[in-house]
Amino acid sequence: MKKFKINKSLKDNLLTYGMVILAYLIMQILIGTGNVSSLMQGLLVPLCVYVILAVSLNLTVGILGELSLGHAGFMCVGAFTGAFFSKCMQDVITFSLLRFILAIVIGAVAAGIIGFLIGMPVLRLRGDYLAIVTLAFGEIIKNIINVLYIGKDSKGFHFSLKDSLSLGLEEGGTVIINGAQGITGTPKDATFTMGIILIILTLIIVLNLIHSRDGRAIMSIRDNLIASESVGINITKYKLMAFSISAALAGVAGVLYAHNLSSLMATPKNFGYNMSIMILVFVVLGGIGNIRGSIISAVILTLLPELLRGLSNYRMLIYSIILIAMMLFNWSPKFIHLREKYSLKRLIRKNKEVQ
Amino acid sequence: MKKFKKVMSLLLVAAMIALVGCGNSNGSAQTGTTDNAAGTESAGDASAAEENAPAQAADGEVFKIGAIGPSTGSAAVYGLAVQNGADLAIKEINEAGGINGTLIEYNFQDDECDNEKSVNAYNTLKDWGMQMLVGTTTSGCCIAVAAESANDNMFQITPSGSSVDIINNNDNVYQVCFTDPNQGVGAAQYIGENAVAQKVAVIYDSSDVYSSGIYEKFVQEAANQSFEIVSAEAFTADNKTDFSVQLQKAKDAGAELVFLPIYYTEASLILTQANAMDFAPKFFGCDGLDGILNVENFDTALAEGVMLLTPFAADAEDEATQSFVSAYVAAYGDTPNQFAADAYDAVYILKAAIEKSGAAPSDSVSDLCEKLKGAMGEITVDGLTGEAMSWDADGAVNKAPKAMEIVNGNYSLIQ
Repeated sequence: MKKFKINKSLKDNLLTYGMVILAYLIMQILIGTGNVSSLMQGLLVPLCVYVILAVSLNLTVGILGELSLGHAGFMCVGAFTGAFFSKCMQDVITFSLLRFILAIVIGAVAAGIIGFLIGMPVLRLRGDYLAIVTLAFGEIIKNIINVLYIGKDSKGFHFSLKDSLSLGLEEGGTVIINGAQGITGTPKDATFTMGIILIILTLIIVLNLIHSRDGRAIMSIRDNLIASESVGINITKYKLMAFSISAALAGVAGVLYAHNLSSLMATPKNFGYNMSIMILVFVVLGGIGNIRGSIISAVILTLLPELLRGLSNYRMLIYSIILIAMMLFNWSPKFIHLREKYSLKRLIRKNKEVQ
Repeated sequence: MKKFKKVMSLLLVAAMIALVGCGNSNGSAQTGTTDNAAGTESAGDASAAEENAPAQAADGEVFKIGAIGPSTGSAAVYGLAVQNGADLAIKEINEAGGINGTLIEYNFQDDECDNEKSVNAYNTLKDWGMQMLVGTTTSGCCIAVAAESANDNMFQITPSGSSVDIINNNDNVYQVCFTDPNQGVGAAQYIGENAVAQKVAVIYDSSDVYSSGIYEKFVQEAANQSFEIVSAEAFTADNKTDFSVQLQKAKDAGAELVFLPIYYTEASLILTQANAMDFAPKFFGCDGLDGILNVENFDTALAEGVMLLTPFAADAEDEATQSFVSAYVAAYGDTPNQFAADAYDAVYILKAAIEKSGAAPSDSVSDLCEKLKGAMGEITVDGLTGEAMSWDADGAVNKAPKAMEIVNGNYSLIQ
């Protein structure tokens, strides 16, 4: 009988899935036995959100090789379309799981379409230019949401870009998106289980894409544009494919985010460039192109500020210092050398050699 | 030299790891003995911690009051004011023997003015064993946290979260400050009834819940009043340094009064720029303008004649305000603003409600909330931010708005 051989990439992927599932099982057991603090329970869904964001951005930055600083903008699109749908359908679809799944699909499609539209002109640029344009785009989305007013009454929807008074709603009409005040009263449908399912779906999409024919084409664009063009690879198609899938997944994360909080506002804090850069930090710390690394660094960097609460006022300072130290430890050549010299693997091998 | 560098960097990393370790152990220890965390949380709290020491024995012997607000980031001024205001009130109560003989333990958590972080802060406090919440400071975060506290049936009183969405559908949440609509309506009625002006311009921050909330109600109420709104211009948090366009429009429209439902930092810029372009209408603001006289590098002569509806002014002559201000300055070295006064009142309101209901610290969070909800409808509290404050079942406060005018560099009450 021929021995079933697991190739390296499959082993790698299984490790990634296994890690997520294991983390889920451990958390479920801990919750079941009542060993998890409320803080940790409250953080579970945000953790899923940031993991999905980091993995999806890694698709653009690591696999496609383009620097995007507008990822929070796509998240914002997903969050608002998803929350808008749930708010409208709150009384129509009372089965929350179905409503949430539909919201996710709508959020993903909306963010994907926006990603496609933005990608068409923008992906002609490269490097710094692309980064700056995506940065501007993220800010535009945030600012549009901040002046957008949508209300609903018996006659249907009303739109305005001025204020909620100019919607001209009749008695009993409700304002759904109230400009800077955003959407309030989104049903809290997001659960940890749902978040984990979405992470696994994201991983399946991203990992399968990477190891497919299309994925190899995308990576060839990253490695050498001229060479890949010369062998007949449709550059525009593959760039757009990677970019809009990445945007759609960010939209999924946005829907999850919106359904975890009862008030959703587009502030510089959550959908501004700060957030885009934060996601980029997850990706860079975890290793560009390294999906598993993105997951781990997203979890660590989201947990860190909360775990440092004991340090009160010095919390954010210490957080930044730790971030610098971790970046150095992970990526400075000296440290890499040092790590290799004293790595566990090597020590074990050495011991074996001695024996 | 190379070796030295190596050693140094290793040492630094080791220090980092040790610090992470500290954070961890603190976090996990929070469910058990919490003295350490509480002690480090409130700044300048050393004396209080010592006094609390005998009372920190076990849960059920002290009232645990939590507070949330931004103590870092751009809105830190408000969070720190709430932190200190509540801290001061709790110290005073503890020194006087506590509530019905029970001392209070206090824990403040930072939310960076972010909805998500605010919920994290709330969960941290829950792990600490919080029984009542004084918070949160800002409206947006308060909406998110109120949904959580309503779920847990935890009693919540917000010093300065003024949005209506906070108290809508959440019967466990009460406010110390006016709701935004009330301020807008109050300002419009005041201008109309006292015939302050005929032509009114508005400059507001459309990216801020507080500002746009007041603006909308002001415009609605203005339709019933004798004056006319000749221009309404918005700015956003991203471009709040140059107001010449907005001011020019107001000037061209012939406005006699400019209504500023915004915070004092931007208002001081507007006053300066209006002066530079020889535009001298009457300026009228809400409680956000309180603090304008303390802005650095701002010529306070420009603020002369500015009218504002605010519940609290640090220069007021009455005895309660005077003693509060001097105690606050002595403890924190800073003049208190309205947020500090709101938080101070919030703690005393909690005290009154606990005394009225006879709630005991051994009650569960939910029982405590039910008892306090019953008491809130019955009590009236004389505080720094209003006399004879009382509450409806929906959680909004009833108190008379106070109109102030800045005369000779001081706030003075308009009778």
